[in-house]
Amino acid sequence: MSGFRLKLRKGVGTGVSSGKTVTFTFDGKSYQGLEGDTLASALIANGVSVVARSFKYHRPRGVFSAGSEEPSALVTLHEGAEREPNIRATEVPIREGLVARSQNAWPSAKFDLAAINQLGGKALSAGFYYKTFIGPRLSGHRATAFWYACEQVIRRAAGLGAGAKERDPSRYGRMNAFCDVLVVGSGAAGLAAAHRAAKQGARVILADEAAQTGGALLNAPDFIDDLPAAQWATQIADELVGMENVTVLPRTTVQSMFDDGTYLAIERVEEAADRNPHAPRLRAWTIIAKSTVIATGALERPIVFAGNDRPGVMLADAARRYAMQYGAAPGKAVAVFTNNDTGWLAARDMARCGVIVTAIVDVRTDVADDIRKAGEESRAQLLTGSAVLRAKGRSTITAIEVADYNEISGAAGDNRRTIACDCLAVSGGWSPTFHLTSQQGGKPVWDAELQAFLPGEPTSSWHGAGAMSGAFGLGAALRTGAKAADAALADAGLPVKDTTKLPDVEGDEVDHAPAPVFEIKASGVGKAFVDLQHDVTADDVRLAHREGYVSVEHLKRYTTLGMATDQGKTSNVTGLAIMADTRDMAIPDVGTTRFRPPYTPTAIGALAGELYGHLKSERQTPMHDWHLANRAGMVANGPWLRPESYNAPGETVEQAYIRETKAVRKSVGLVDVSTLGKIDVQGPDAAEFLNRIYSNGFAKLPVGKARYGLMLREDGFLFDDGTTWRLDEHRFLVTTTTAGAGKVMEHLEYHAEIVWPDLKVALASVSDEWAGTAVAGPNARKLLEACVTACDMGNDAFPFMGVREGKIASIDVLIARLSFSGELAYEVYCGAHHGQAVWDALMAAGKPFHVVPYGLEALSTLRIEKGHVAGPELNGRTTAHDLGLGGMVSTKKPFVGSVLATREALHEAGRFQLVAIKSADGQRIVGGSHLVKGSKEETGPSMGHTTSTCFSPELNCYISLAMLEDGRTRHGERMFATNPVRDRHVAVEVVSPHMVDPDGGRMHV
Amino acid sequence: MRIRCPWCGERDHREFTYIGAASAIRPPIASTDMEAHKSYVYDRANTPGDHDEIWLHTGGCRRHVRVRRNTTTHAVSASEPVGPWRDTLDALNTVDPVGGDKT
Amino acid sequence: MKRYSAFSIVKNALTGNKDWSPAWRKPEPKARYDVIIIGGGGHGLSTAYYLASMHGIKNVAVVEKGYLGSGNIGRNTTIVRSNYRLPANSAFYEKSMELWRELSHELNFNVMFSPRGVLNLAHTPGQMDTYAERGNQMRLMGVRSELLDRDQVGRLNPGLDVSGSSRFPIEGGLLQPDAGNARHDAVAWGYARAADALGVDILENTEVSGFLKEGDRIVGVETNRGEIRADKVGVAVAGNTSRVMKMAGVDALPIESTVLQAFVSESIKPIIPNVVTFGAGHLYVSQSDKGGLVFGGNIDYYNSYAQRGNLPVWEEVTSELVSMFPNFARLRLLRSWGGIMDMSMDGSPIITTGPLPGMYLNAGWCYGGFKATPASGWCFAHTIANDKAHDINSAFTLERFKDGRPIDELGAGPTPWYH
Repeated sequence: MSGFRLKLRKGVGTGVSSGKTVTFTFDGKSYQGLEGDTLASALIANGVSVVARSFKYHRPRGVFSAGSEEPSALVTLHEGAEREPNIRATEVPIREGLVARSQNAWPSAKFDLAAINQLGGKALSAGFYYKTFIGPRLSGHRATAFWYACEQVIRRAAGLGAGAKERDPSRYGRMNAFCDVLVVGSGAAGLAAAHRAAKQGARVILADEAAQTGGALLNAPDFIDDLPAAQWATQIADELVGMENVTVLPRTTVQSMFDDGTYLAIERVEEAADRNPHAPRLRAWTIIAKSTVIATGALERPIVFAGNDRPGVMLADAARRYAMQYGAAPGKAVAVFTNNDTGWLAARDMARCGVIVTAIVDVRTDVADDIRKAGEESRAQLLTGSAVLRAKGRSTITAIEVADYNEISGAAGDNRRTIACDCLAVSGGWSPTFHLTSQQGGKPVWDAELQAFLPGEPTSSWHGAGAMSGAFGLGAALRTGAKAADAALADAGLPVKDTTKLPDVEGDEVDHAPAPVFEIKASGVGKAFVDLQHDVTADDVRLAHREGYVSVEHLKRYTTLGMATDQGKTSNVTGLAIMADTRDMAIPDVGTTRFRPPYTPTAIGALAGELYGHLKSERQTPMHDWHLANRAGMVANGPWLRPESYNAPGETVEQAYIRETKAVRKSVGLVDVSTLGKIDVQGPDAAEFLNRIYSNGFAKLPVGKARYGLMLREDGFLFDDGTTWRLDEHRFLVTTTTAGAGKVMEHLEYHAEIVWPDLKVALASVSDEWAGTAVAGPNARKLLEACVTACDMGNDAFPFMGVREGKIASIDVLIARLSFSGELAYEVYCGAHHGQAVWDALMAAGKPFHVVPYGLEALSTLRIEKGHVAGPELNGRTTAHDLGLGGMVSTKKPFVGSVLATREALHEAGRFQLVAIKSADGQRIVGGSHLVKGSKEETGPSMGHTTSTCFSPELNCYISLAMLEDGRTRHGERMFATNPVRDRHVAVEVVSPHMVDPDGGRMHV
Repeated sequence: MRIRCPWCGERDHREFTYIGAASAIRPPIASTDMEAHKSYVYDRANTPGDHDEIWLHTGGCRRHVRVRRNTTTHAVSASEPVGPWRDTLDALNTVDPVGGDKT
Repeated sequence: MKRYSAFSIVKNALTGNKDWSPAWRKPEPKARYDVIIIGGGGHGLSTAYYLASMHGIKNVAVVEKGYLGSGNIGRNTTIVRSNYRLPANSAFYEKSMELWRELSHELNFNVMFSPRGVLNLAHTPGQMDTYAERGNQMRLMGVRSELLDRDQVGRLNPGLDVSGSSRFPIEGGLLQPDAGNARHDAVAWGYARAADALGVDILENTEVSGFLKEGDRIVGVETNRGEIRADKVGVAVAGNTSRVMKMAGVDALPIESTVLQAFVSESIKPIIPNVVTFGAGHLYVSQSDKGGLVFGGNIDYYNSYAQRGNLPVWEEVTSELVSMFPNFARLRLLRSWGGIMDMSMDGSPIITTGPLPGMYLNAGWCYGGFKATPASGWCFAHTIANDKAHDINSAFTLERFKDGRPIDELGAGPTPWYH
């Protein structure tokens, strides 16, 4: 192919008519194109023929199409962090300074050393890798060593372009939109549908993947209402853009149809000429449509013959578009090979642009007079009843070999002759683009007349129009567009007022039905390709048949037909046809595969949208900034960030938590407990409700008292724990673990609404409404007495587990005397917005007692020393009995889990039970250790594992809570806490988990 | 997939939490029937086609909705309120819904 | 069976590839078999293969309603691993690993088992401890595992964001170096070809419409190609378990079917060397030999038989992916699809005799069935041949749920879609 720029005039180069030059580089060489060019059209105009190399054989490839169906012309755009591989040159608008490179080739697409793969020829046939690289049979881990070594080489050879190594600097946007009618595609059918629906007041969204609305109208020689088609399209589009109830989205590909009228569309914001530099690169639209008109047109398909992949062979309509829209002649001498009328019109239209058309080769003998006349106008040699046997040439075709062809028998070969040309424009018929409806499971139906699959019956609220529905031709498109609009309006519940009349059409009467010819079989003339990108040949399809891979899915998977980045847009039907021919079946009997979303490859960043890097909201307590300002290291706890420890300069986390723990045990400390889940439970049956939720009794809890409660799942295993406070006869505050807050809320809601709707109880999550601070240590009461008013803090007036109201710094607070640490301790709650003020007041009041803030590590150390369980012990596999909490499981009342908790398996010998272990030799016990009897080398089996590990300042050694097989019978036993992955093996003694103050005296002072 | 919440109107399913098959009905609180409890927890028909199920409108009103949905096509054919509030819905519907979608 | 080798490839290339023969026959159903396996997916085919190769039971039919390998064997993200916490799972999946390592030779079909390593990322110190606990359990069971710190993770996988500044900073990870990937379709085809060569009849496009019973006993199946009798009938139909078992009169099982979506990007040059999972959500990603990034995450949380999912999972999965690999944002999603998962009440499978006489059940694979394919077939074949589970699958009973002996790796309880 040696394309060149045509002389621009009316009707030639309609898309590049400004004539402004744009400079870009391809493979390091600078070229000039015109504003409005795609990279493909600019390269064609510059006479560049080899743009890429194929996946397997590294054969030279040129531009094959003019749209998103392109299988061959894939390039890498940009450099560094913005590098984008596998971009279709047919879709990239060129821009000043654009840098593009060929890929999968070295040193360049034009001269690629890996083309040596072609010598592998038939040995690299479909599925060859399943039959070899197995290597010698070695033992054990080395068994697959040979394949693994081969795989490294294969992996490097495979792949197309290379991805960026650096963080993508771009932004991606997201938009939600609702409409009555979504119209996908803005060709004649789409415009007619959108216009009609909009005129009747419907909220309409019109999306098209192209930069300009109008679709095929932009290059149609026809007239609509006496206007040139392109002008009519522009006029209608302008009118739509001006309407308040219409959103027109050019450069927007509707990629996926989901359930109930939910669509994903990607808008290529970056490609807009007037783009805002602050706008996102791409924008993902979620469109919720009451009904949809799908007017996505049809894709031209090629004919398979030898050498049909050579640069210079392209789809006929693409060749025509390059001439008309871009003013780029696809070659100096263009031949056309077709099995239908549209190839002839492409020849005529190209000739009208000044392209020299040397020959029109049609497999049919019977061609309508007006079509023949169009051929004559192109001044080409007209060869009907003929076929192209092969395209000759290397980096670009130089000639085609043509022979007589019998349309009925498929026999070709007589009267061979050679016609010189550097471009062959091929039309093998048209395949309607019903990818979206197929994604939703719509079953396509074969139309023998059109030799094409049609979308079939709608499975949801969509209506096909135009070529997509098999209504080819301008008049039919306008008609079906309007009809689909009416149907969509009815779906959306809008009245259909038939006001607009269909426009008059004047132009070609074209029969789009092709002769059923998909492949020109001729022996000894070379490889004939079905899937250009994956190098799947017609012989590969026949090989798959020979080996029994005959179902359409097996064909696809075995040969990789249709699995490349174009997903077989131009190859699927042809592949099916060849398999049908080989099996001597009708095409639809071979089957069809379901199109899977997205329609075209979609940037992962666009799908992630603003969630990019921030996929889950990060929750911070009201005292978050104070923690940061006071040197807290923050750590994730469920969705929350919490202080791990407050690290003095030079202090390690371990030193810090030991210091904090000591300070609490010695005097007093504060910890932020705002993250605990909090649920306000109210109603006359609140007590009964909680009595059914908790395994221990809550019915008789007095007002002003709190109780520690256990919740089981219905299967009898532990679910969550926490304290619940009776604030009033009919009002409780339930606290949950930080990580369990969400699921406990759902658990309660389910039981309140679904299981026992007769109970009068209402629930509200108040986790975010209350800020909480725990005050713990022997001086806790003194500290509070120094700042709390309106509440008697004395031991008698405010006993253990008491709940009282009071004020701190004139702020209302709710105080509960609870202890997780085992020390005299209180939890102080206030409105979240007062959290910092109360915290400050508590810190100030604690100054005389050298109060310290403490973090999660110290909190954890304090409770481990006490043997209090938390998340690591409540791991979803433990029972109350396992954790030594069997006494909290009532046998006197029914509750969630009460029946299944009695199953024998939940109580039998051999279960893991909670114990503590102490390091016997002063060595550190590290997290994740297992308990074994044996030596480091011969550990023996695991008998249990550690759950929560720390250094205990109180016991002055490393300790851990652990789950141990029949653990409660093993107190006093010596074992090892082994940790091979952390290379530790520590002698330990099994002890009771209640290591500090087992009688709980300190909490009650 | 879109589910009509009787209280809030039609919403994307991402606003809801799937709670499970509506056919799973807990034995009465006083029941100690072990087999009935096992069946409630573990037995599921799980057949394709229309499926009655409970969703919680977590990202909205936090009420449960009973939905009939076809598990083969995902088509939702019915949704109705459940729980102690359902009787109040009619009364509420005589008032202008706030943010509701009555179509 | 004509053996495949480099030599056979070259020889056939010289004769224009005209002499290759079908990988498996397309036989007519016989009236009677010793064993019928319902389900021509990975597990059904491997079961048939091991029945023939290990137990000498060659009069076997595999009955498949569509084309061979049309279910999850051809829809998964191809990860093979045995990095489990609970001993029952660990032993079973390690048996599978043992079989994977030999599989290409065993079947004379390159299943492309690639031990490139599976790396689970940890994002908090607590998670590191949990991973250490699991890694130690693996070591104590004889399975190799390594706990890596942040720098080691970064060196192993240079694309990962180990800056510590992301929303979920990477703290380290647990690596199973012997785990990796295999080529999914090849596993189905390889087992089919090898089973066929031993005399197993693979009956494609043969849909079971009912069971033949004598009293309580299952004695065969009714199909669109007529009745087929057998002494023993095994069911290995994954997402369709409840539907098929209902035909036998089993109306309730501890299984619910949901859809899991999977995703693949365009082919690119090698960008990640191993399998990586995200620890602060649910995402697994690896790169196929062809170059596509293959990834997936959570199931769509609702019962489904639709083999397609919805948009929220797309958004969740892609945001997790770019959160780990910020350089992937410009790469492009090529294709997504869905498969039907038989989610069990504890996240672990069922391989058992029963629940009816003459019947055997293999189900509850959740979304971990691919890696189990060899061991699942191996154990199921043993169970069918001996009317008794092997030690390795003795815990995977149907009764364990109601008995209170769940094998609950995640501790998520009896809610299938939490696993």
